[in-house]
Amino acid sequence: MPDLTLLPAGAAGTAIETKRLSYAEAVNHALRRALRERPETLLFGEDVAKPGGVFGVTKGLHREFGDRVFDTPISESAILGGAVGAAMFGRRPIAEIMWIDFSLVALDQLVNQAPNVRYVSRGAVTAPITVRTQAGNGPGACAQHSQNLEAFFAHVPGLRVGMPSTAQDAYDMLLSAVWCDDPVVVIENRTLYHGAKSDVRLGGEVGPIGGARVRRGGSDVTVVTWGAVQNLVLDAAEELAAEGVEAEVLDLRWLNPLDLTAVQEAVARTRRLAVVHEAHTFGGFGAEVVSLVAESGLDLLAPPVRIGAAPARIPSAVSLVPGVLPTRAKIADGLRRLVRGETVRDAGVLR
Amino acid sequence: MRSDTPTLLGHFERMLLIRGVEDEIARLRTAGDMVGSIHLCSGQEAVYVGAVAALDLSRDAVFPTYRGHGWALACGVPPEALFAEILGRVTGINGGRGGSAYFTAPRYGMYGENSIVGAGAPIAAGAALAAAFDGSGRVAVAAFGDGALNQGAVHEAMNFAAVRGLPVVFVVENNAYSELTPIADMTRNPELFRRASAYGMPGGRVDGNDPDAVARAMETCVRRARGGGGPALLECVTQRIVGHYIGDAQRYRPAGDLDRAVAAEPIGRLAERLTAEGVAAGELDAIRSRVADRVRAASRLALDSPPADPATALEHLYA
Repeated sequence: MPDLTLLPAGAAGTAIETKRLSYAEAVNHALRRALRERPETLLFGEDVAKPGGVFGVTKGLHREFGDRVFDTPISESAILGGAVGAAMFGRRPIAEIMWIDFSLVALDQLVNQAPNVRYVSRGAVTAPITVRTQAGNGPGACAQHSQNLEAFFAHVPGLRVGMPSTAQDAYDMLLSAVWCDDPVVVIENRTLYHGAKSDVRLGGEVGPIGGARVRRGGSDVTVVTWGAVQNLVLDAAEELAAEGVEAEVLDLRWLNPLDLTAVQEAVARTRRLAVVHEAHTFGGFGAEVVSLVAESGLDLLAPPVRIGAAPARIPSAVSLVPGVLPTRAKIADGLRRLVRGETVRDAGVLR
Repeated sequence: MRSDTPTLLGHFERMLLIRGVEDEIARLRTAGDMVGSIHLCSGQEAVYVGAVAALDLSRDAVFPTYRGHGWALACGVPPEALFAEILGRVTGINGGRGGSAYFTAPRYGMYGENSIVGAGAPIAAGAALAAAFDGSGRVAVAAFGDGALNQGAVHEAMNFAAVRGLPVVFVVENNAYSELTPIADMTRNPELFRRASAYGMPGGRVDGNDPDAVARAMETCVRRARGGGGPALLECVTQRIVGHYIGDAQRYRPAGDLDRAVAAEPIGRLAERLTAEGVAAGELDAIRSRVADRVRAASRLALDSPPADPATALEHLYA
């Protein structure tokens, strides 16, 4: 048996400070802290060490931590399988899958392997891996570099799934993931990496995974959302506010564990529910949220609404993309009609 | 009696135990006490017994395939716990969570069968990666069949292990059939050990029906890996003398193929060698009888255990 005794979570006395950071810098700070405080952590993936990552997120970490930060072959099965095996023997690997689309070539390790380790051995062996990846559309990206696959992972019992949308969450959620003893997939978004800087509180105790956050208060409609699309939701909410409609925006943050209580409480307040995600609506995680709310028996003023990607491949041309993905205008329009009591059906759902 | 006779007698007893357990599993499956798809390893016992003889199970880790009962028993898993696991009993080594094809016994150095062909290879590389940091001197064994050599994950694992110099021994149990299809029909070069050179690691082929030969070849690989020399690929040529799964009629085997495999099977062969080394027939019979009693008692004990409790089915999913 390997010695699975780990260091105490949340090293006490870590200095708390606030810095202006981009999302990418916040991730970098989280990785640096994890590597400093948890000697059993390893960081590896394609181009993460000497090049510092294709998006510059892991810059400087190889220099500071040497062999614990290393480049791998372009071999996603080896990266994820290697993470699982190392985790079974007391390491705490943080593996990067450069684009979430690439995880598909090694889905076996994330679905058939990592989440079974604890279960089948009844806890004798565990696989506390953190998989960092990034998802979503960006200008000019093709169909194989644009997908939002969080529902794939959220469908798998045993896998934890989080999608940070702010620099603070990029820092906090990644640390929670590394500290967590379950396999965790953290889905970042490259369009957020080098955006505006914001105040990020660093240090302090590492919290557990889970927990939704209210990003904007409002009494007319609850919008449940996650990931980068949240910024469009917040813009749409401002647009509606000018028209006298106040939308509450709830950032789910974690799909597993799901903060269902926060969703129920928010919907109970406004009695209207919209779910907005960048992923495809059909078979998406929004359907799960709507179903859970329906099963809760909450008395709604209008049927719930889902706003997401139409069931189509994601085109490359910037002019084509709004034909598939949610936009600020589509979100605002959907919310407006929901509040007015008009029937809203995502035009793409069943086409 | 030669100096190696006691070692060979130990191999003989362990191989007999594996064969006896597999025969009993076949009986229980046919009788309906066991259900599901079960893959027996009869005929391949020398690979497991020989390979494990070269390991230090207090620190080494074995990652076998779904045809893994032999690896488990060679690692020292009690037959009671194996029977009970496949029977879905509470006393099963995984309390019925793993069954025949996902049997996992970390306490014995056996870190899990894998029902996904080749998937254990990158995980074994990961176990070896941990060894590069924890100072344990652990060697990881990734064991898989000939068919797995055509899986991408295995190639990724071999390249990853080679480029990082990880202490992994890739053991190929070449039983000539990739499930139901001859490996010779599925690759241009049936000398599977030659794949190793493509990754810059040593590869070799050994008679997989000779536990002594397997043990010696394995010792070379393990010593090298433990000393920082990196991975190696060891191809053990063997044959299964049973179907791919219980109930497999094996019509894909050409006339005479199975008979030849039975004639070359390792237990009878080792008995002949031991006899030639001066071991009395009575001593071999005593071992046979001791193993048969052990198998029978273990099977009865497992059958008498209660089934796993459905109230526990959701436990151990999360930390």
